[in-house]
Amino acid sequence: MEFSGTKDYISTLDLTVAVNASIALEKPLLVKGEPGTGKTELARQIAKSLNLEIIEWSIKSTTKAQQGLYEYDAVSRLRDSQLGDERIKDIGNYIKRGKIWDSFNSKKKSVLLIDEIDKADIEFPNDLLQELDKMEFYVYETGQVIKAKNRPIVIITSNNEKELPEAFLRRCFFHYIQFPDIDTLKKIVKVHFPDIKKNLLESALKKFFQIRDVPGLKKKPSTSEALDWIKLLLVEDLDASDLKLNSENILPKLYGALIKNEQDIQLFDQIAFMSRSDI
Amino acid sequence: MFLDFFTKLKDSKIPVSLNEFLIFLDALKIDYVQFDVDKFYYLARTCLVKDERLIDNFDLVFSKYFESIEKIELDDILKSLEIPKNWVNKLIDKYFTEEEKEKIKSLGGFEKLIETLKKRLKEQKKRHQGGNKWIGTSGTSSFGAYGYNPEGIRIGQDRSIHRKAIKVWDKRSFKDFDDTINLDNRGFQVALKKLRQWARTGINEELDIDGTVKDTAKNGYLNIKTQKERENSIKILLFLDVGGSMDDHIKKIERLFSAAKNVFKNLTYFYFHNCLYEYVWKRNSRRWQERFSTNEIFRTYSKEYKCIFVGDASMSPYEIIMPGGGNEHFNEDPGKVWLERAINHWPSNIWINPVAEQNWNFTHSIGLIKEIFNNRMVPLSAHGIDEGTKILTKTGVN
Repeated sequence: MEFSGTKDYISTLDLTVAVNASIALEKPLLVKGEPGTGKTELARQIAKSLNLEIIEWSIKSTTKAQQGLYEYDAVSRLRDSQLGDERIKDIGNYIKRGKIWDSFNSKKKSVLLIDEIDKADIEFPNDLLQELDKMEFYVYETGQVIKAKNRPIVIITSNNEKELPEAFLRRCFFHYIQFPDIDTLKKIVKVHFPDIKKNLLESALKKFFQIRDVPGLKKKPSTSEALDWIKLLLVEDLDASDLKLNSENILPKLYGALIKNEQDIQLFDQIAFMSRSDI
Repeated sequence: MFLDFFTKLKDSKIPVSLNEFLIFLDALKIDYVQFDVDKFYYLARTCLVKDERLIDNFDLVFSKYFESIEKIELDDILKSLEIPKNWVNKLIDKYFTEEEKEKIKSLGGFEKLIETLKKRLKEQKKRHQGGNKWIGTSGTSSFGAYGYNPEGIRIGQDRSIHRKAIKVWDKRSFKDFDDTINLDNRGFQVALKKLRQWARTGINEELDIDGTVKDTAKNGYLNIKTQKERENSIKILLFLDVGGSMDDHIKKIERLFSAAKNVFKNLTYFYFHNCLYEYVWKRNSRRWQERFSTNEIFRTYSKEYKCIFVGDASMSPYEIIMPGGGNEHFNEDPGKVWLERAINHWPSNIWINPVAEQNWNFTHSIGLIKEIFNNRMVPLSAHGIDEGTKILTKTGVN
């Protein structure tokens, strides 16, 4: 079982090595990186290329680790007991399986995506150590031990909002998706827009990297923004010559897709003002 | 294997555990990563470094360690050429195509090739480049590196010059990550989390066991009661000193601030300079345009707020004790009076000081402020914050 990117997803060598190591050694892979560099997409593409089922567990600030394993619905069991429902005799009827249980239970190997783990409470990763390490957990209500039939490929993404505990990190492989260089980004754009004209691609990406390099930007545009922008350029049927800049406009057309922060737009206004006053 | 590498990593403050190192050794057995130095590097990185800020450090260690391995002495090559014949023949079968085997034959077979190599290595003692007989670089001889003889044996060539110019780890592309997003605030967050005040808010969705038992016993049938979930309802008012001598501590303050923002839902903050006076402000860039009267803040934020001042308390004593002592404007009431008003208004309060505790005695004004706060001053460290939360939990109205 080996992952090497798909036709819709360009995987750089470092990412490929990290993914394959975590598949081979059955350890979770922690993926960090700027927003919009394809962290979540990675898990989906691994599932697609290896032809596996994907189980996505999106974490919110209120998510508890236990919810990934199972939840015991005591309240509805109590209610049912008053009505004399037959179901109450089996406690298992009131146990709701979580995403981790689902992935442990699936017939084939599956890909388990734990998305944005940093959104949850600071102790959240610590509560999953044992479960992800041994790939088993204990259900107190029924006394069962749930053990993974096929150890899932676990991909965990983080946006760096919180530091993750050491003990958790030690059990994972780690990969930081760097922002792609211009050649990789070209490949990525071509995957999404195979018919794009060469000179438009060249000049659009050149402009894009110039914007990214402006110091002091609050939110640098990322891969997904570049793709949105190029899509807009194609829809408007613009040409490479339309992207030319002058001292009046130092931002290319349709820049709204790239810069989404009011302060950043103000920053460019200031730069434009300064460059005009130079002349 | 690579034990040196492991200890070198440890020496350069990269937190590698033995367990991770064993996983790395285990991972080396994967077929996919064998015989490729780049893959080897990426594998080591993914196994041993768990933080993008440490990758640059790792690159340096990696580069240094493997550079030394690449410098193999001439004698070592000669020694390593004493290879069992069977093994060589097997290798030839395995790795060479028919075409290549023909080429080897054209030079009199592989053994002949090795023999000639040994002979020439012995004859040649100095560095050689170009030409067509001697071992060196860039030539057309059968031996040496970077050359174009298809029958050649490659010696001492660490990279293909036609593929790439520098090694990945020497690019140091993670250099910028070293301290730009330095938000190592986990320690702060854990300490701040101890500061809580439970209250039941929101909708009734938690099972109230006591209520249910009571009600069921009273009525004779099961009646389920629910209650609101317990939440941390603590309210924090943060006053941050900015500018001047505080610039040295800005990184630490940012860490504290981002930790506090993550932990507390009810957090309000204001800035001040050196000492509290008539006005505070919320946005530093507009501190002269958008000011808030301190009296208004007293009126707005009630007694149950926990009040935290963050500042180095390092200023001229006049700025605290004299009317008109403020270094930016003329204040009618001395800073001390304003601080005392704040302390009286919010009974639960502390002063967090980023200056290291052992240096507090050297600055007169730190002593003054500490006195005003009745010794409730703690250093800005995970330990200090821990102390501070204890003070704040004990004091105040509930």
